[in-house]
Amino acid sequence: MTANLLEIRDLRKSYGPVEVLKGVDCDVRAGEVISIIGSSGSGKTTILRCVNMLEEFEGGTIRIDGEEIGYSTAGGQRKRKAEKEIARQRALTGMAFQQFNLFPHMTALENVTLGLTLVRRMGREEARALGETWLDRVGLLQRKDYYPAKLSGGQQQRVAIARAIAMSPRLMLFDEVTSALDPELVAEVLQVVRSLADDGMTMLLVTHEMRFAYEVSSRVIFMNGGRIGEEGNPREMFAAPKTERLAAFLQSSRFN
Amino acid sequence: MGYTLNFDAVWRNFDNLLWGLGLSLTLAVVAIGIGCALGLILAFGRISRSRLLSVPSGAYVTLFRNLPLLVIVLFSFFALPQLGLRLSKANSFVLALALYSAAYLAEVFRGGLLGLPKGLREAGLAIGLTEGQIRRRLVLPVMLRAVLPALGSTFIGLFKDTSLAAAIAVPELTFEARKINVETFRVIETWIVASGLYIATCAILAALLRRLEARLAVSR
Repeated sequence: MTANLLEIRDLRKSYGPVEVLKGVDCDVRAGEVISIIGSSGSGKTTILRCVNMLEEFEGGTIRIDGEEIGYSTAGGQRKRKAEKEIARQRALTGMAFQQFNLFPHMTALENVTLGLTLVRRMGREEARALGETWLDRVGLLQRKDYYPAKLSGGQQQRVAIARAIAMSPRLMLFDEVTSALDPELVAEVLQVVRSLADDGMTMLLVTHEMRFAYEVSSRVIFMNGGRIGEEGNPREMFAAPKTERLAAFLQSSRFN
Repeated sequence: MGYTLNFDAVWRNFDNLLWGLGLSLTLAVVAIGIGCALGLILAFGRISRSRLLSVPSGAYVTLFRNLPLLVIVLFSFFALPQLGLRLSKANSFVLALALYSAAYLAEVFRGGLLGLPKGLREAGLAIGLTEGQIRRRLVLPVMLRAVLPALGSTFIGLFKDTSLAAAIAVPELTFEARKINVETFRVIETWIVASGLYIATCAILAALLRRLEARLAVSR
């Protein structure tokens, strides 16, 4: 057994009085592709957002390569780490958002190189070369000087993925990356995600694309009401769900 | 109606009008520059979650937006020396216009900050940028592009407000025009030319700002 790249223990998170994560445990080894499925409000996206500290969480721990993310515990006292330290830890993960969130005032290439120069402290030329490599990889080298407003949703999402992956994160987080896309643009984005998975990139993806989750995942996690409802190999899980909730969910998402 | 227009007297003093216009522009640029810096700080203050920042910023905007500029100008020139702050006429006007413009510019900037796409900051955080880097590299440039049209109108309004400096005898365009008016009695001619100078300057300003807008548009 290799060590876990990501280790989530008893993760708890509330929005005011509403507890959205009620104790989630999850281990991810290097190279694994984990899909998180479940109905909306079950806490899928919140898990991703806690892993890169876009959300604070009140209980439990998250570790990447053994390093505790976001908080430190000393003498029973839990303390949020310094902002600079959290920024560094966020760069351990890369995230692609449902709404792409490209920087609208920068070209595709500038979107990719900003983090390389500011966070990874690369020189201009080196960042540019790496940015072009990744844009080429997602099939958008010819569009490198385009502003986001001039790109289709699928193209914007591919730039956003290139922007995240160029930072060479330990772990990629995909948050419903095809949910905001027109149906005919979904395939080009999934194609990029799949090729990254084939390269051995460790990833955690929240998705409503059941067919894709089935094909690409080494493991699927079904979230139900803030807890892990069921977890396992997609072939077994989808063919013979152990819980009624998962059976009903798969039924309603018309996986066949 | 036996009045015949005769611009000779005005043209003879045209140099003075141009010097006045130059001073008007200088006053506007310096005051607006200070006003922008202060306005930005106030805008970030107003949207801050800390009441220690948002309450004073809000109070400032309420105070200076609800005072006529002329009152601020007169206060700055006549009352501040009594309180021990003695400034030259031009400096006291710049101070007044800067404080006044900061309140308006803060509102323009605040509108821009509230209209920013929600994911902008998070996308910056996700690649490991610090809050300071996000503010400088993402929030400011995107916000400034968004507010440029409103900013243009505000700049032009503030430029025209420099005419109030005539009230404390700062020799800007309106003051110079009034002097020519009094000295030559060519009332209509003087004010036609002065008006023309204001209109031309504002039109050029507006055209420059439109060009800047087109160059920086995020929809390129």
